[in-house]
Amino acid sequence: MASMSRCASRLMVSEILDLPDSFFAEPRTYRDYMTYLIEHGEFGDVDLETELRRYVDSADRERRVERTRPDGRVLEVRVNPVPGGGFVAIYSDITERKKAEERVRAARDAAENALRELKAAQDRLVQTEKLASLGQLTAGIAHEIKNPLNFVNNFSAVSVELIDELREALGGAHLDSKLRAEISEIADMLQGNLDKVVQHGKRADAIVKNMLLHSRQGSGEHRPVDINALVEESLNLAYHGARAEKQGFNITMERSFDPGAGEVDLFPQEITRVLLNLISNGFYAATKRKAEANGGDYEPTIAAATKNLGDSVEISIRDNGTGIPSEVKEKLFNPFFTTKPAGEGTGLGLSISHDIIVKQHGGSIEVDTQLGEFTEFRIVLPRAGASLIKSGESA
Amino acid sequence: MNMLILVVDDEPDVEVLFRQQFRRDLRNDRFTMEFAQSAPMALQRITDIGDRSLILILSDINMPGMSGLELLTKAKAMRPDVPIIMITAYGDAETKRKALEDGAEALLTKPIDFGTLRSEIDMRVERAA
Repeated sequence: MASMSRCASRLMVSEILDLPDSFFAEPRTYRDYMTYLIEHGEFGDVDLETELRRYVDSADRERRVERTRPDGRVLEVRVNPVPGGGFVAIYSDITERKKAEERVRAARDAAENALRELKAAQDRLVQTEKLASLGQLTAGIAHEIKNPLNFVNNFSAVSVELIDELREALGGAHLDSKLRAEISEIADMLQGNLDKVVQHGKRADAIVKNMLLHSRQGSGEHRPVDINALVEESLNLAYHGARAEKQGFNITMERSFDPGAGEVDLFPQEITRVLLNLISNGFYAATKRKAEANGGDYEPTIAAATKNLGDSVEISIRDNGTGIPSEVKEKLFNPFFTTKPAGEGTGLGLSISHDIIVKQHGGSIEVDTQLGEFTEFRIVLPRAGASLIKSGESA
Repeated sequence: MNMLILVVDDEPDVEVLFRQQFRRDLRNDRFTMEFAQSAPMALQRITDIGDRSLILILSDINMPGMSGLELLTKAKAMRPDVPIIMITAYGDAETKRKALEDGAEALLTKPIDFGTLRSEIDMRVERAA
């Protein structure tokens, strides 16, 4: 076991530990040294014997300790056992080194944060670019399909008339009854088939028209529009539209409009289209959750809010519906992505909305959602957004 | 007087469609229809007709080479008395504004609503009769 009998020191230690010059002038034991330090609060509230025991017990092990002194300075203590018992402790004041390390760490953290933000911005940019090119592709396909589809629609419509004429012509013809019945049956089937061609042709035409919306620069004129009035109008339009479409439809509508929202330069028709889309989606999700809740206490609610952000305005549409699973959330703005049953949605609503907000108005659209709880879309529109975009049509 | 309607569209099936759609009028010689598959061919035809029997021009807008809007301006210069109705697959506000500004009577979108087109034609036929 190490002896506590001798304690020698070089001058620097006295300075580092604020020991009086006279301290080592006479022979000191390690106990004297520790007693002095503890009495002067060097280790806070500790027991002398315990501390001494701790030091003595570990005196045969090489170690390095860092500790902060009551005045905040940081010390490094290297303890090296010496052959035959005892140890040599070397004290260094590493306060400046620690500060430098802290500065480096802070700088590194800042750089890492900046990198993370840059990566997130890059991801958003890549996503926007991807969506933009998908939008262009969609519009391109629509251009190519539109003309042949027009012929399908027009020729099927005129063919329906021709079958009527065929029936009239047959009415005056001399035919045996069996043959007449057979021809009449074939005419009926042809008529039925043509009705289907007309019906599905119209459906395809509606989809193609939506696809073409991707290539537009914004229809009508852009002008300064009162945001609160626009959101209110969209809420009413969507509500009455849903009531007309589905009997018994009802939902609580909450409004939280910032009186300072003011005006934004925008294409009103296009932004209304986006809002109608988001509100209708919210109605759909809330209605779906109500159906799943099978009565219960659930109250379908949609909340619209606006917020003045100075150079821009935020519009949020929040529903307390079914929420969106994360794998769906990733694809939400992709053209043709839909979770609705066939015929109920084209999967173009949100991709067009994204185009309108980001490309036509230089804004942003984001979604926040929790499965089974809520979905909130947040749109930020720069006040001068649309005025930077040339009015008109690129199709 | 034999009333003539000139239809301009680069798609040859337009002729088949129109001939079927207006088969009764054509059969009864209420009017005749001629078809041109490009704007230059249409201008040539307008020059050749040279009389007053031409009562209406229907023209597509998106055609290779000379567009329907260019044809509109040139045809109007040659025959300011003949109404021209434009037909387009993309009836956006800007195209419509341009067409009406340049003297088109109306702008119809495809797929053509033949009910509307028929009433437009009937109006010209009755006026010319």
